Amino acid sequence: MLEKGLSGDRKYWGWVGFLFLLIGVGLFFYLRQLNYGLGITGMSRNVTWALYIAQFTFLVGVAASAVMLVLPYYLHDYKSFGKITILGEFLAVASVFMCLTFIIVDLGQPARAFNVLIYPTLSSILFWDMIVLNGYLFLNIVIGWTVLAAEEKSMPPPGWVKSLIYLSIPWAISIHTVTAFIYAGLPGRSFWLTAIMAPRFLASAFASGPALLILLCFILRKFSRFDAGREPIQALAKIVTYALIASIFFVVMEIFTVFYSQVPEHVQHFKYLFVGLHGHHALVPWMWASIILAAVAMVLLINPRTRRNETLLGVGCAAVFASLWVEKGLGLVVTGFIPSPLEKITEYFPTGPEVAITLGVWAMGLLILTVLFKVALGVKEEME
Amino acid sequence: MRRDRRAFLKIAGLSLMSFGMRPLSDALASNYRPEVVRAPEALVAKRWAMVVNPKKCTDRCQDCISACHQVHNVPDFGNPKDEVKWIWNEPFRDAFPGQEYRYIEKGLRERPVIVLCNHCENPPCVRVCPTKATFRREEDGIVMMDYHRCIGCRFCVAGCPYGARSMNFRDPRPFVKTINPDFPTRTKGVVEKCNFCEERLARGILPACVMACKAGALVFGDLENPESPVRDLLRKHFAIRRKAELGTGPQVYYIV
Amino acid sequence: MYDRGKIISGLAVFFALATLPFWVSGGKSVPPPEIKTDTSVIRQLKVKRCLEPTSFMKVRHMELIISWRQAVVRDGQRIYVASDGRQYRMSLSGTCLNCHSNKSKFCDSCHTYAGVKPACWSCHIIPGEAEG
Repeated sequence: MLEKGLSGDRKYWGWVGFLFLLIGVGLFFYLRQLNYGLGITGMSRNVTWALYIAQFTFLVGVAASAVMLVLPYYLHDYKSFGKITILGEFLAVASVFMCLTFIIVDLGQPARAFNVLIYPTLSSILFWDMIVLNGYLFLNIVIGWTVLAAEEKSMPPPGWVKSLIYLSIPWAISIHTVTAFIYAGLPGRSFWLTAIMAPRFLASAFASGPALLILLCFILRKFSRFDAGREPIQALAKIVTYALIASIFFVVMEIFTVFYSQVPEHVQHFKYLFVGLHGHHALVPWMWASIILAAVAMVLLINPRTRRNETLLGVGCAAVFASLWVEKGLGLVVTGFIPSPLEKITEYFPTGPEVAITLGVWAMGLLILTVLFKVALGVKEEME
Repeated sequence: MRRDRRAFLKIAGLSLMSFGMRPLSDALASNYRPEVVRAPEALVAKRWAMVVNPKKCTDRCQDCISACHQVHNVPDFGNPKDEVKWIWNEPFRDAFPGQEYRYIEKGLRERPVIVLCNHCENPPCVRVCPTKATFRREEDGIVMMDYHRCIGCRFCVAGCPYGARSMNFRDPRPFVKTINPDFPTRTKGVVEKCNFCEERLARGILPACVMACKAGALVFGDLENPESPVRDLLRKHFAIRRKAELGTGPQVYYIV
Repeated sequence: MYDRGKIISGLAVFFALATLPFWVSGGKSVPPPEIKTDTSVIRQLKVKRCLEPTSFMKVRHMELIISWRQAVVRDGQRIYVASDGRQYRMSLSGTCLNCHSNKSKFCDSCHTYAGVKPACWSCHIIPGEAEG
């Protein structure tokens, strides 16, 4: 089936070529990072996790969102999702791949990465994250490929795939929860030490992932003959709407808890994000942009008239994705370190090489997504 | 169905054989087990701890810091972004956030307080390390670093509530002013921190910072030995620990 | 055979590349390593022997070093009892390289020949370079 990814028109190969270019540039800068050390990024003694880990955190959410298609379709027989479940599963594959790559790229000694397997440490959340992420990658590859191959042969998928599909549903929740545990279990980082971290992750995942999927369906409709259909897109839009409301509600809960109890250690991080702290305000414009985008998205998505208008729906979904990318991909990770445990404020700005490597990894994920989608579309076109 | 069952049994049989892989590789692997002993002159303790008396520190004195960083080949990168430090001083208001108040004793707010790894009894850094590259020695409570195993993930840095750990964002070797040939340097991509001078304790010598302090502000000893100097000080003075409410059990006590 | 031309020419290119090391060196051979053990410390030894017999060291010195690493760093034990009962402090730079201070003529001569690049030296200090 993979050969279907090797046939395409000029626009397809142009896009693939562009992605290879980005990957090449990213690889060049990664080799420089291997040579110089992680100091080539904007990270510092006080801010030791930044853009790479933030991307990993955001993409874990996008990956988990496949469950929002699998659960209704396989568990509750919501037939309308039948055409696009494979797209959700392949999006999960590309996202988890990017997650794992961002982790590798962030390691100071990547050649020693197997130490995590040789010396398993059950108390370490990173160990469990490695297990659940790789397991989810494996599940989605096997499920997606098997079901698609069965569709190509006009046969029902084999029985054992059903067990894997049912397993993937709680597993999707687990990848998110475990990633949230990385942050929520650290006693010294008061910005992250909140029980609501995992629920927040889940809510923003189920908003940003399906939003991206809707946008991808629109793109596929424009550049290929694949049409997901109105009904599944509207169903997904409703999922995005309620997940966004939950996500915003959770953030408001955090803000109330912090600003009403007024414990300085907790207040400081939020002040840094929204109004700046002691003259440092690098993230303030980003956070307000995120809020405005979320507000715009809420208005567009809650109102059924604008939600049913597919152009405005697209705008709303793009706003959701961008808003949550800023919130999880920028605001969450770096703010945990500002101020430091010794009350120091060290701001973080990504460097050129760091951004190039990040774009390179995104390009790798998009390449995997492109080829897998091309295969899926190829099979579906053949079956028509 | 009959064909499937046979195929299933074949695969199951092969898979079960895979359980023999570990014993096989163990049998073929190195059977080298050297005999090792502890050096007789080593200082031993059940729980190493330190008592710091910031009132004895003289202004702008950096003796303990220079001694530690020199003995352990700690690099000086010359900028706060890449900075690596094992021991340094902070003003009281930053070392003990939340403990200062408006009419605090004169001069205390800005008084330099020596801070270092607290070698906690319940260290969050050890809990989160995915490879056990940082681990707590049961026999004497020192939280150790194994630089050979560290993958540089910085989970321990995120986990430390005290900011005691430094990541080597660059190769430190060119930035070590004078190399001490009796101690290795580190390489880029690993996290390092104070080790309570365990290599000196193994040779029967006290930590470098303690011996370098001419004012006697740093006292080191076995907390479980009632006659040790640290127990003596704790009997006579009230001491606080950094962020003790977090339950980490820090073993560096500050007489304020 | 479909695409016979492409396959045959592809195979030819592959074999040429795979056998490159053989025909590029043109029959030359690299001289075997010359291991020099005359350092000032070794010259002063009454009996010239290492911790363990040379035959053992030649084959298993890496196992010894790794077990030392485990003992010193992770188990906190620093004295090694050799097979003949003598005791030594376990230290790569301090014990091994104390006698074998001519790393480039001793360790490196075999390692370079065999194409081995031990990663120890990014941290462990080679005697003589400390003055640099």
